Amino acid sequence: MSAFFSIAGVSKRFRGLVAVDCVSCEVAKGEIFAVIGPNGAGKTTLFSMIAGALKPDEGEIMFGHERIDGLRPDEVCRRGVARTFQIVRPFPALTVEDNVMVGALLRTSDTARARETAHDVLRRLDLFDKRQREARSLTLPDRKRLEVARALATAPQLLLLDEVMAGLRPTETDRMVAILRELNAQGLTILLIEHVMRAVMALANRVLVLHHGAPIALGSPAEVTREPAVIESYLGAEAV
Amino acid sequence: MTHAGIPRHGLALLGALLAALIVAPHFVNDYLLTVLILILYFAYTGQAWNIMMGFAGQLSLGHALYVGLGAYTAATLYVHFGFGPWIGLLAAVPVAMACGAIIGFLAFRFGVAGVYFAILTIAFAEFARIGFDHIAYTGGSGGLFLPVAQYTQNDLWNLRGKPIMFYYLMLAFTAAAFLLCQYLLRSRMGYFWQAIREDEEAARALGIDTFRYKMFAVMISAGMTAVAGVFFAFYYNNLFPEQVFHISRSIELILAPIIGGIGTLFGPILGAFVLTGLSEAMTELLHTLGIDVPGAKQVFYGVCLLVVVLALPDGIWPWFARRLGLARS
Repeated sequence: MSAFFSIAGVSKRFRGLVAVDCVSCEVAKGEIFAVIGPNGAGKTTLFSMIAGALKPDEGEIMFGHERIDGLRPDEVCRRGVARTFQIVRPFPALTVEDNVMVGALLRTSDTARARETAHDVLRRLDLFDKRQREARSLTLPDRKRLEVARALATAPQLLLLDEVMAGLRPTETDRMVAILRELNAQGLTILLIEHVMRAVMALANRVLVLHHGAPIALGSPAEVTREPAVIESYLGAEAV
Repeated sequence: MTHAGIPRHGLALLGALLAALIVAPHFVNDYLLTVLILILYFAYTGQAWNIMMGFAGQLSLGHALYVGLGAYTAATLYVHFGFGPWIGLLAAVPVAMACGAIIGFLAFRFGVAGVYFAILTIAFAEFARIGFDHIAYTGGSGGLFLPVAQYTQNDLWNLRGKPIMFYYLMLAFTAAAFLLCQYLLRSRMGYFWQAIREDEEAARALGIDTFRYKMFAVMISAGMTAVAGVFFAFYYNNLFPEQVFHISRSIELILAPIIGGIGTLFGPILGAFVLTGLSEAMTELLHTLGIDVPGAKQVFYGVCLLVVVLALPDGIWPWFARRLGLARS
């Protein structure tokens, strides 16, 4: 039986630099799986390969029974894997509602139905009251939630979040954590790349730690933060 | 920027405008009628160009190509084979769409975007201009002429008749273009186009096959523009490659939507009225003042455009709509 989502021996090199070095992992359905690591660990490269923005040099990425590595980003999304961008990319001149409708229209050509879906998603993300605002007028925390809302509107089975907490104040982080927990409780599988340890500790079932592109630890948040190799990679050898 | 739903008093305004345009020919002289035809022509072509640039964010600076292809296709079929303009239209639209598809394919498949895409569109229009200069079958640089005679009857089937017939025809085209654009903008495709215009990578991440939807935009825009080309051929009765394919034609065609408001439905119409009205008013004014300096009109016209662009960078319509309480924000 194949896993819900799996990465097997994936590598990516940029000329001489090995950005991702033979990473493998499996994500179970209903799980919140986090990928962490210091700056330059290869998290974003790994993320880009899953989302279809980059093609791996080696290895394969499976979603259900299908290989998705090497597919275009839109093909990956249509298969049920939606992403957000670390630097948020709303459609600035469109309203919040229309932003989310674009996502919803992936699954229906009926604009009235897409609008219903959009409203539903906006309510879950606390953005319903701001639906008529232009996206460019939103604050960063609102834009971050809009980013999630738009991805969610494409009805994904797996949601990829790229540093969705970055730049948020602690109260906003807690709000996002609560929203993601709620989505997960409703059955959504989440793979997140995250810097904010507070969020990772609160959310993740399992954590994969990357260092210089290679996996150095895999386990529950409590387990990996006890690993000497992880502490060393984050704080330096003296701290161990 | 875009207005998906038109509020009730907006519809009332639209109805009033349409009614005014329907009765207008009975109150204006022959000269003003030709000015009105020109206004509608630019409103129509501006609307067509706006699909590519205003909706899908793809800048074409070579739309004269589609006007010219439409004009030459229909005129050639008429002159050489005796096919009427409506048959010509059925050929002209696919020809322009195919040409748009070739340009779109080359650009979008090989990642030619932004100003480079715009240059590609200019290049194709120039190819056509130079190419048609050397095609003897269509008259070459000497031009292609449709037979002209004094008509006492309006023959809509062969598009032979008085200016008033052309006026109502162009009014019908403009109204149809408005309705089509309104429908498209509110459709799934319209949302996808706007997403591509705003941020193509984000659009792709939401599952949109951006290549496919950009192709649709180019082909629909090209096909619509070719209709104006057929009109052009039968209205003016003469075609010269140096004229119809010239880059100045492409530029004048995009001014109305830019001045009126890119990406809006009313922008191209409002812009066409303002621009053509301004141009004609300028001629009158300079004539009345007795100023007869060559180029004076162009200078004043240019200054006026500059003022509009500086004062209202989003175009006149978004500002006007806020004034009328039609905009959401």
